[in-house]
Amino acid sequence: MQKVIFQLETLTCPSCMAKIQTALQKTKGVLEAEVLFNSSRARVTFDEEQISSKDLIAVIEKLGFKVIGEK
Amino acid sequence: MKLTKKQRVIVSAILVFLSFILKELKLNIFKVEYYYYQDYGFVITLPNVIMVMSTVISGITIFKNAFNALRYKLVSIELLVSIAVIGAFIIGEYWEAAAVTFLFLLGAFLESITIDKTRKSIKDLLDSSPKIIRILDNGREKLLNPSDVKVGDIVIVKPGEQIGVDGIILEGKAYLNQASITGESMPVFKEENGTVYSGTFIESGYLIIKATKVGKDTTFSKILEVVEEAQDKKARVQRYIEKFSKYYTPGIIILAITFFIITRDLRLSLTLLVIACPGALVLSTPMAVVSAIGNGAKHGILVKGGETLELIGKAKVVAFDKTGTLTVGKPIVTKVRGIGVSTDEVLKISAILETYSEHPLAQAIIKKASEKLGKIDEVPTKTNLIIGKGIAGVYQNKHYLLGNYRLFTNLKIDYEIKEYIAQEESRGQTVILLQEEEQIIGVISLSDEIREESKQLIKSLKKMGIKKVVMLTGDNPLSANYLSQILGIDEYYAELMPDEKVDKLQELQRKYGPTIMVGDGINDAPALTLADIGIAIGGSGNDVSMEIADMVLMSDNIGKLTHGIGLSRKMIKIIKQNITFALVIAFGLLLGVIVQKVNLSLGMLIHELSVIIVLLNSLRLLRYRVDSITA
Repeated sequence: MQKVIFQLETLTCPSCMAKIQTALQKTKGVLEAEVLFNSSRARVTFDEEQISSKDLIAVIEKLGFKVIGEK
Repeated sequence: MKLTKKQRVIVSAILVFLSFILKELKLNIFKVEYYYYQDYGFVITLPNVIMVMSTVISGITIFKNAFNALRYKLVSIELLVSIAVIGAFIIGEYWEAAAVTFLFLLGAFLESITIDKTRKSIKDLLDSSPKIIRILDNGREKLLNPSDVKVGDIVIVKPGEQIGVDGIILEGKAYLNQASITGESMPVFKEENGTVYSGTFIESGYLIIKATKVGKDTTFSKILEVVEEAQDKKARVQRYIEKFSKYYTPGIIILAITFFIITRDLRLSLTLLVIACPGALVLSTPMAVVSAIGNGAKHGILVKGGETLELIGKAKVVAFDKTGTLTVGKPIVTKVRGIGVSTDEVLKISAILETYSEHPLAQAIIKKASEKLGKIDEVPTKTNLIIGKGIAGVYQNKHYLLGNYRLFTNLKIDYEIKEYIAQEESRGQTVILLQEEEQIIGVISLSDEIREESKQLIKSLKKMGIKKVVMLTGDNPLSANYLSQILGIDEYYAELMPDEKVDKLQELQRKYGPTIMVGDGINDAPALTLADIGIAIGGSGNDVSMEIADMVLMSDNIGKLTHGIGLSRKMIKIIKQNITFALVIAFGLLLGVIVQKVNLSLGMLIHELSVIIVLLNSLRLLRYRVDSITA
């Protein structure tokens, strides 16, 4: 189990927040996902044997949001 | 062709404007008609071509996002807009399609600008952490990253530079701007042995500092951490709104489908889709919260989140701790009386008994003794702290008790001494008695200076509509009464032990609803933790209060409380305005669409405008100042 926080490009509509959050939650290997609207961050807990943080970034970027940083 | 958001908006704007003019002029040049089946077909004209181009340019990202979300089985607002646009093409409404996509794009663009602006004060704060620190290493100056500096390092700071560690001044004098911590931009003079904080600036002067806290442990880092966390802690209303909007969008979609089945009016159903996202409502709260947190941070007020602000704004009762909160918290010995012994003897024995105590009263006694008698090196053989009462100890084989009246309840005290004590207390003095074996041998009077801002603060609070101002103190009733009279406090509860303060507070909460407890976070930590809302003052350097309090006034200026409470109330007011406005617009739009007074582009226009109005209204909180309501 691993935790990661992605810094996203500035989120400006709350519906995008719901979108990213639901998409991450539906992704296989993701245990927990929360998108913080005001700080424009995504906090994800995932199983590193099933998915990597690279894959998670791909999910977010496919939805049309840039990932600026990771920690 | 890759366009930035701004370029895309500009290009679309030009195309939309152009097509609007051509449409109004009815310049249907280059008309080509193509019918594939009876009346069904295309009418290609120049304006139509431009409208389609405009739709594609402004809509391409919308369509892409809609499609991407759909792959995760998500119905996004982009999808609804896309359906509306495609629908508009089908019924030959090229202008509507172009206008709707353009408005959606423009709206999103303007919203992002406004939201960025709202968040800016927080972002500026987060970006202002020290980038580089100059340390003295074996007599040489060396530049380090903040993360490489260790406790004990000697840091050099020159005029105009930012201090990068918390520390003690070893050498130098300087005027510091501590606005980033306390919110007060008035320069503060500091010299040798003074405490300095990371994040503050030297305006003039030069300092050599010994680092006591570095990196994540500095007060400034803790402030940043709190602010960062706070902005995403939701207010209670927000959770209701999110629940509501969860049903709102699908509800409107179902409505749109139902209408289409019944009326076969595609136009009406498409328009419904465009207004299905309650954007203004969803943004009504978080943006106001962020603005309020940003405003607070700028004024040296830390808030833990939206819910805290809501509660503070609703509270009708404020309870204060006395010592260190309404008063400066640094009592001084004003009078010593010896009974059968000299006053110096009383002072000396008391100071020795208090050797290991950190209580402010003990410190005052030790200070007075060393001023008058020189440094005292003797120590007691045994001491025992009796919390809330005093201290018991043995010195030169004699048993002593030193403490307040409560420590001596089972002892007979001379009538004359009782009179004397009462007289001292009614002048606002705190009285400490010294007993040797079974005999009272000394009475020490101490007094604590009232904070300059306390009186004005209580006046302002009442002006703001706070119903009751209460004081909770461990001190005696007479001096509590004295202080209440001077400050205009409505109720006081004296001689409270720390746990009794908590009980009293709970009683107040039951009686009057949300109650704010204000303290300095030192001896009132339990009450601050247990209160609905705990507000700590003098937070700089006090990690405990930053952790337990819901709101922290970083400076010692208790007057800032008015700003904290005023800001919370203003936030509630703005949220209420936002929600009311958003609901009125949402239902107005719905009605307008159903009675066919609002078409696609008008629906989108009103929708986007309402979002922007809500954002701008929230933005007002950034500029909130307390001077406008009290003073």
